[in-house]
Amino acid sequence: MGSSEHPSGRSAAPVPSGAGVVRPAIRGWVHSTETGGAVDGPGIRFVLFLAGCLLRCQYCHNPDSWHMHHGKPTTSREILDEIRGYASFLKRARGGVTLSGGEPLVQPDFTAAILRGCKEMGLHTALDTAGFLGLHADDFLLADVDLVLLDIKAFTEATYHDLTGVALAPTLAFAERLAAMKKPVWLRYVLVPGLTDKFDEIDGLAAFAAGLGNVERVDVLPFHKMGEFKWAAEGVPYRLADTEPPSRELIDRTRAAFRDHGLNVA
Amino acid sequence: MNIQLRDGIEEAQAVGTELDPWRGFTVGRWTQEIDLRGFLLDNVTPYTGDASFLASVTPRTAALWATLKDLLKAERDAGGVLDVDPTVVASIVSHKAGYIDRDLEQIVGLQTDRPLRRAIMPFGGYRMVKSGLDAYGFAADPTFDKVFPSLRKTHNDGVFDVYTPEALRCRKSGVITGLPDAYGRGRIIGDYRRTALYGVARLIEDKKAQAKSLELDQLDEEVLRLREEIAEQIKALKELVAMAKSYGFDITRPAANAREAVQWTYFSYLAAVKESNGAAMSIGRVSSFLDVYFERDIAEGTLDEAGAQEILDHFVMKLRIVRFLRTPDYDALFSGDPTWVTESIGGMAIDGRTLVTKSSFRFLHTLETLGPAPEPNLTVLWSEKLPKGFKDFCAEMSIRTSSIQYENDDLMRPYWGDDYGIACCVSAMRIGKQMQFFGARANLAKTLLYAINGGRDEKSGEQVGPTLAPVTGDVLDYEDVKAKFVPMMEWLARVYVNALNSIHYMHDKYMYERIEMALHDRDILRTMACGIAGLSVACDSLSAIKYAKVSVVRDDTGLVKEYVIDGEYPAFGNNDARVDDIAVWLVETFMGCIRKQKTYRHAMPTMSVLTITSNVVYGKKTGNTPDGRKAGEPFAPGANPMHGRDSKGALASMASVAKLPYQHSQDGISYTFTIVPNALGGSQPDRVDNLTGLLDGYFAQGGHHINVNVFDRETLLHAMDHPELYPQLTIRVSGYAVNFIKLTREQQLDVISRTFHGIE
Repeated sequence: MGSSEHPSGRSAAPVPSGAGVVRPAIRGWVHSTETGGAVDGPGIRFVLFLAGCLLRCQYCHNPDSWHMHHGKPTTSREILDEIRGYASFLKRARGGVTLSGGEPLVQPDFTAAILRGCKEMGLHTALDTAGFLGLHADDFLLADVDLVLLDIKAFTEATYHDLTGVALAPTLAFAERLAAMKKPVWLRYVLVPGLTDKFDEIDGLAAFAAGLGNVERVDVLPFHKMGEFKWAAEGVPYRLADTEPPSRELIDRTRAAFRDHGLNVA
Repeated sequence: MNIQLRDGIEEAQAVGTELDPWRGFTVGRWTQEIDLRGFLLDNVTPYTGDASFLASVTPRTAALWATLKDLLKAERDAGGVLDVDPTVVASIVSHKAGYIDRDLEQIVGLQTDRPLRRAIMPFGGYRMVKSGLDAYGFAADPTFDKVFPSLRKTHNDGVFDVYTPEALRCRKSGVITGLPDAYGRGRIIGDYRRTALYGVARLIEDKKAQAKSLELDQLDEEVLRLREEIAEQIKALKELVAMAKSYGFDITRPAANAREAVQWTYFSYLAAVKESNGAAMSIGRVSSFLDVYFERDIAEGTLDEAGAQEILDHFVMKLRIVRFLRTPDYDALFSGDPTWVTESIGGMAIDGRTLVTKSSFRFLHTLETLGPAPEPNLTVLWSEKLPKGFKDFCAEMSIRTSSIQYENDDLMRPYWGDDYGIACCVSAMRIGKQMQFFGARANLAKTLLYAINGGRDEKSGEQVGPTLAPVTGDVLDYEDVKAKFVPMMEWLARVYVNALNSIHYMHDKYMYERIEMALHDRDILRTMACGIAGLSVACDSLSAIKYAKVSVVRDDTGLVKEYVIDGEYPAFGNNDARVDDIAVWLVETFMGCIRKQKTYRHAMPTMSVLTITSNVVYGKKTGNTPDGRKAGEPFAPGANPMHGRDSKGALASMASVAKLPYQHSQDGISYTFTIVPNALGGSQPDRVDNLTGLLDGYFAQGGHHINVNVFDRETLLHAMDHPELYPQLTIRVSGYAVNFIKLTREQQLDVISRTFHGIE
């Protein structure tokens, strides 16, 4: 079967440290779980969508996870018990667990508890984050993360703020911190025509990402409107109703822009 | 090795036998006795590389396939049946040699004298033949009306002579459905490889020795039956020789090269489909056997890769055009025009080597050289230890064609060894050493309704089952319903196995599969392969009764017709032990009921959780159920969770299904998995990795079988309205692949409404 090592990050330790230690359960709010995710990190993944996010991205496809109360209250122990049932499958499927959202770093203690539990099961872990709350992730938390799926949604403060409602700088600072730690990163960039298709910005982001040295891969994600109905349900106006998904040509051009900087584009 | 063949068949000619057919083979016990497995293990060349060696389609293959495609289009345009020969009763030698294009065909042989011309096989049941002919605008030769049944009784006549009134009631109400009482039972795999390795002369010699071994002091019924069967087998082998001779081949001797090995193997399979219209006519596990011959020819420099692919392409083309005359009703039940020419590919040997060969790749490669197709039913025996190159190639083909089903070799090998094949969809059997008595299936969901209604049918109101106490309260109580359900299952199992005993007794008597059984050992294991439908409906119903509040609505005769659910309940398919345990209990309990029955010919009772596409028909025949499913709505196929109720993603769904115990369902547990390409990964390499990961994970958990469909909803909706653009669109449904455009509109909608994993 070839190497049992993960394409990304550390290979799972044969005897996970801390396994068998009983830890206190941490309370948290979970929006939903998807047990067979294949697009949020390597292999087949258990994806935990945590509730709560500070960003208000125009293209958000999960506006129903903005608030903590959108989720169900649970505990890290309950979640880890559920994950334990899939641990063997996830290992054989060369996958692991991805914490997504919402924004997992809205609930750093809960996130850390789950990451720790997953590492004790020997599972590969991925943290899907926009990086704005990077400071919430202390070094102990990050030590239990094998891969960061980092969304850098735009590369100028103006565009970023217009798109998300918050500042870009914390995300870039977080990216540089991850680089200093040599933490593997998959950069994710959502391509929205008329919003994030400015090539000077894309080029700037690509140069920045290439300079970090820890970006293993770039995923250019074409904008889609599958979440539009959720905005209506939230009673919030959807500003991209008239925006079409990007053309094949635009997607290819964007991917090429990242490749031109020597980045590996999926 | 030559022997004298009587009955008008001339003595075998030693034409073209300058070459020793066994040259270069490692000798072993297989030279002393009929032992295909021994030969394979002594001579197989496992291949652990990738697909890069494969050759593309040859001009000759492209031209032949183009001709055949035109014929297939003409068949579709004609409403599904191109031509029938209504004048001759089919047999191995009933028709003269037929060709598609004699100059192009590397492998020859047709069921009748023309491609896609169907033969009539009335020994299963003459009425079925007549209605098939009527439906497609043909008329039977009038002399047959005088022959059947007054001069020659058929299997169908025999069964109805002995069916009990109870069996007839169950058959009519649909609580037992799909019984093979009017056509061939199928699910018998002759060891078609034996002809190639040994030549028919040697096989006849062996059969004669078997007959001699039965010259016993006491010729009781059992021995007499076997002696008569062996006599029939020998006659069939002689007819096989004559049929091959009409195509210019002497198959009394072993095959001397790859093309002959394929041709010999095909001839023996062809003989089977010339005289048996079994529901599933699987080919077995031929690819890695044939590979031994390909390897030898390539080493000898007489064949190159393109030539090897060409031979297999032409073989596979033949397997794609196996046809039986069926009725439109039958086609509606099974979706399209299926023959289940199942070929089992890959797997591991008990000694730890892989049985994947280059020819395993070549077989799957036909999905590219000829394009996707439902037949042959390509079945990969998956092991965690399969070579990565092969796993990746399988996944790639699955993603591109949806034409492969996967079964868990690591799970089955301890039961069936390393030379078993899959009959039909999920039924494993040792090749040449085992057969099954195919048993269709019992409708567990309907049985639950019978328990609630004291044996009365919820649709007709008739007393079909025994008059047991019905539920009397207005709210269903879990323990009460369960206590009534078990005796109803006990009753059903008794009626069911008795019906199967009747069927297989008569089938052996009036429609014995001579040539298929000639390619078996003398003493074989028989299984009585029962089946269940509606598992997820039944277990969700029990879950609703247990965890929500289910009230009943009765009509004025006191019959419960509707159910009102108050509250939520855990549904099968979410890896929730509360309901998954009920599903496991159902499987174990019903299997336990079956095990109590006495079976014909001491067959070992087994069970499958499989519906093929008849989940639609079973749903039609079943009233409202306590899980909230409305009367007439399709069941989920096979062991699948009900559509839309598995809300926690693919792994949860798979985990629930994988809990179903194979030891209590040894005839197979079918699961159909549909996913859109983008949900499997953003790029093709990601998708391949992720699909192999899913398969590794599912099977390591103990899952038995999985159909993999990778396509999007839009493609299917478009194909419904524009069938002409999708002549080859293949989808897998519950153990089998079908041509999407041949499904009824209802079945197409059912397929589309099934869970599309990965759609937000």
